[in-house]
Amino acid sequence: MTIFLTIAVIVLVFLVIFQIAKASEYVGILKGEKETRQQANKINGFLMFGFLVLGLIGLYWCNELLFKKTLLVHPSASVQGEKVDSILWITLIVTGAVFLATQILLFWFAFRYQEKENHKPFYFPHNSKLEVIWTVIPAIVLTILVIIGLRDWFYFTGDAPKNAMVVEITGKQFGWIFRYPGEDGILGKKYYKEIDPATNSLGLVWKNDSTLHLKDDPATHDDIVMEQTLYLVKGKPVKFIIGSRDVIHDVGLPQFRLKMDAVPGIPTTMWLTPKYTTEEMRKITDNPNFDYEIACDQLCGNGHYSMKGIIKVVSQEDFDVWMAKQKPYYYLAFPDKDPDNKKVDSTAKPTMATNPLKNKAIAIK
Amino acid sequence: MSTEIALGAGAGLSTELATEHHEHHEHHQSFITKYVFSTDHKMISKQFLITGIIWAFLGGLMSVLFRLQLGYPDSHFYWLQDVLGKFWVDDGRITPQAYYALVTIHGTVMIFFVLTAGLSGTFANFLIPLQIGARDMASPFMNMLSYWFFLAAGLVMLSSLFVETGPFSGGWVAYAPLSALRDASPGSKSGMDLWLIAMILFVVSSLLGGLNYVATILNMRTKGMSMTRLPLTIWALFFTAVIGILSFPVLFSGFILLIFDRNFGTSFYLSDIFINGVGALPNEGGTAILYQHLFWFLGHPEVYIVLLPAMGMASEIMSINSRKPIFGYMAMIGSLFAICILSFLVWAHHMFVSGLNPFVGSVFVLLTLLIAVPSAIKVFNWLTTLWRGNIRFTPGMLFTIGFVSLFISGGLTGIWLGDSAIDIHLHDTYFVIAHFHLVMGVASMFGMFAGIYHWFPKMYGRYMNNTLAYIHFWITLVGAYLIFWPMHYEGLAGMPRRYYDYSSWESFKQFAELNRFISTVVIITFAAQLLFIFNFFYSIFKGRKVTTKNPWGANTLEWTTPINPGHGNWDGEIPEVHRWAYDYNKDGREFIPQTEPVGADESQH
Repeated sequence: MTIFLTIAVIVLVFLVIFQIAKASEYVGILKGEKETRQQANKINGFLMFGFLVLGLIGLYWCNELLFKKTLLVHPSASVQGEKVDSILWITLIVTGAVFLATQILLFWFAFRYQEKENHKPFYFPHNSKLEVIWTVIPAIVLTILVIIGLRDWFYFTGDAPKNAMVVEITGKQFGWIFRYPGEDGILGKKYYKEIDPATNSLGLVWKNDSTLHLKDDPATHDDIVMEQTLYLVKGKPVKFIIGSRDVIHDVGLPQFRLKMDAVPGIPTTMWLTPKYTTEEMRKITDNPNFDYEIACDQLCGNGHYSMKGIIKVVSQEDFDVWMAKQKPYYYLAFPDKDPDNKKVDSTAKPTMATNPLKNKAIAIK
Repeated sequence: MSTEIALGAGAGLSTELATEHHEHHEHHQSFITKYVFSTDHKMISKQFLITGIIWAFLGGLMSVLFRLQLGYPDSHFYWLQDVLGKFWVDDGRITPQAYYALVTIHGTVMIFFVLTAGLSGTFANFLIPLQIGARDMASPFMNMLSYWFFLAAGLVMLSSLFVETGPFSGGWVAYAPLSALRDASPGSKSGMDLWLIAMILFVVSSLLGGLNYVATILNMRTKGMSMTRLPLTIWALFFTAVIGILSFPVLFSGFILLIFDRNFGTSFYLSDIFINGVGALPNEGGTAILYQHLFWFLGHPEVYIVLLPAMGMASEIMSINSRKPIFGYMAMIGSLFAICILSFLVWAHHMFVSGLNPFVGSVFVLLTLLIAVPSAIKVFNWLTTLWRGNIRFTPGMLFTIGFVSLFISGGLTGIWLGDSAIDIHLHDTYFVIAHFHLVMGVASMFGMFAGIYHWFPKMYGRYMNNTLAYIHFWITLVGAYLIFWPMHYEGLAGMPRRYYDYSSWESFKQFAELNRFISTVVIITFAAQLLFIFNFFYSIFKGRKVTTKNPWGANTLEWTTPINPGHGNWDGEIPEVHRWAYDYNKDGREFIPQTEPVGADESQH
């Protein structure tokens, strides 16, 4: 019922507007074309000025309301992000100044030079000096922006420091898989045809496969694989090796101010240095529920909006404690190779029973 | 309208359409040859325009629907379900599949069908012969084909809305592998086949039109109409056509490879893919980034295909209604030319974070920011044109001023996004949505509105209703800013594009209220567009009649034709041109048409 009422109201509003419009046209014909035009001109000229003033007030008000909801009120969570913020602010100041100047001129001119009976427009077809000025000045300003921007860009995309920790991030519809290289510090080989969602979500090459000409790579045996949550160390640079299992995804890290696509078949990289632990950031943002979220930033299917990962930034000690508890992925696929299982042979059965369950949990996620 | 039949030295042109309707002895055209299979550039332009308006309505409606989801994610719209069915709206909520389909088709339709065909198609067809002094296009038949390919493209696209698995839903950019793999998403099944067919038909239409525009401008100018006497509209449409001719074939080739990957087992874009529920695919050795290169080689110039006609029309309408010459005519042409060249050299700025080589990226930063220079020249020249003018706020002029304002607002954020060091943070966030909607979407739409209001009297011999036009303008301008300005802030919070629902994200859920506000404004602004559509169709039949040949006091040639020009445009000889198009208020005369010979004691400009 409300729907019909709404429709009826809308139709009525339209009818009223239409009748007014028609009536004003008839009045215009009666009054004469010239006078009508002058009147409409005055109203629109005034509205131009009104729009300028209200627009500027609206700009201020919008900023008051929304600025605090952006990332810019808190410091960047990564060292790299500080540079992003600084070039962003420089660009904001430059473009903001141009924005205000040109918009004010535009609407002021529109208001100031509206048609008047005795006003004679100024025949002013060109002026080389002016044109050179506003070619050269933007060119110089832009050159400066390019130089700063590229300096930062090469820093972001340059090599990660030697001491950087390496983590592999793989996107899939619709979640993230993380892999640490384990004790040997080497990410073992993988091949996508080895993928088994239940036991080998990344297709690690850990057995000989004569049909695919694959040889067991021992480096895979200590790799640690997990989903959902990624642990990083505060102050320690980390280099991500990013890939995708199916379509293109994107590792979007808003608080760190960085992102990089995850492309099937082509590994990409990104490195950063976290500045604050998750706990510290909760205090900074004054939000006890805060978490660093990995947002997929490349449309990847109908579940795109739910493709979330969590990054926990912790201190080195906490990280070491956590890491010590992790078991290589290899042992989940080959429980019989797990030294823990061998030690306590009598309890082998229950362990065997829990392992497939764990695997399943991962697969479902 | 009946005068149109009797008039027309060039009425014989229509007999080139050698169908069953060829009756050489008879000048009377049947309904079919006059309104349907017409070869008159004016009729074809109206066909483009009306088809474009229908698509704009549909595309706009789609945005209203997906904004309903974004603004009111917890509401249930059961009445909508009754209208649209369970595929689109389930349990009163728009489904994710429908949401992504709407986003995708909205983008495709708006960019290609409305702002390319609807804008270029309409005004290139209408203005080129009229403003250069030609009786019709170089090939009226090709021109007609161009429209029919466009219509066919539209019908195929429309049909994709009704297939069982839904229309394509992978974004208007249709990145492979998502678009290449039927199993990756329901929208990538037959919906994508239809999307590709529609787009290929569209490319054909666009090329047929573009070649015609270029040939006409270069070869068919009337006596005295040198290139440097052309109105800026024609220059803009010329460069638009050139860009289209050079870039659409690349998109075409990209689509052909995509069709091969989809249907014939090739691996141009595919490598190392494992699909849940299907398993590992055999494809190896392809690169998904290749598609992005091919796509953006059109995709970025496309932005200028959309924007340049609006710039040209804005320049023309602004000069006429300021009663002043356009400032820096040669600089305007120069900047159009610079934009045309640079538009081909910046495509990879859409790919800074795609895995592109960072050094290549840096070259594109430089070239991208370079494009701000000609854009700045244009803005300053428009401002100077207004300065010390005597401005008449016709609806066309209002939309022109709105165009400049929106172009500035959206253009400046291009400097942010063109800088890879900022793009690495803001890429694919709402900041990008705000940027391109302002600078390309709404600004070009404003250019189109300006053009329609300004040339409507020439098209139909009647005026549109001014009061409705003023209401339309002010609601749309305010609405556009209210919708897109706050999105910059969402972008600065890192909020990603193309999310169906933000409520589960700690980082982005603070904007729920803002999203509701934006959606509400979208509905109101869309309703204002209905006023325009009503005004347009009502005025065709009932609008106030034009009584003078030159109602705006303009200099260009189209205003020397009869009020309702027939096929062939001029009765008798085509007028000769003696001067440029912008002698307004020169030597104390309000305007001097291009057809007037230069007087002996006239000052030089």
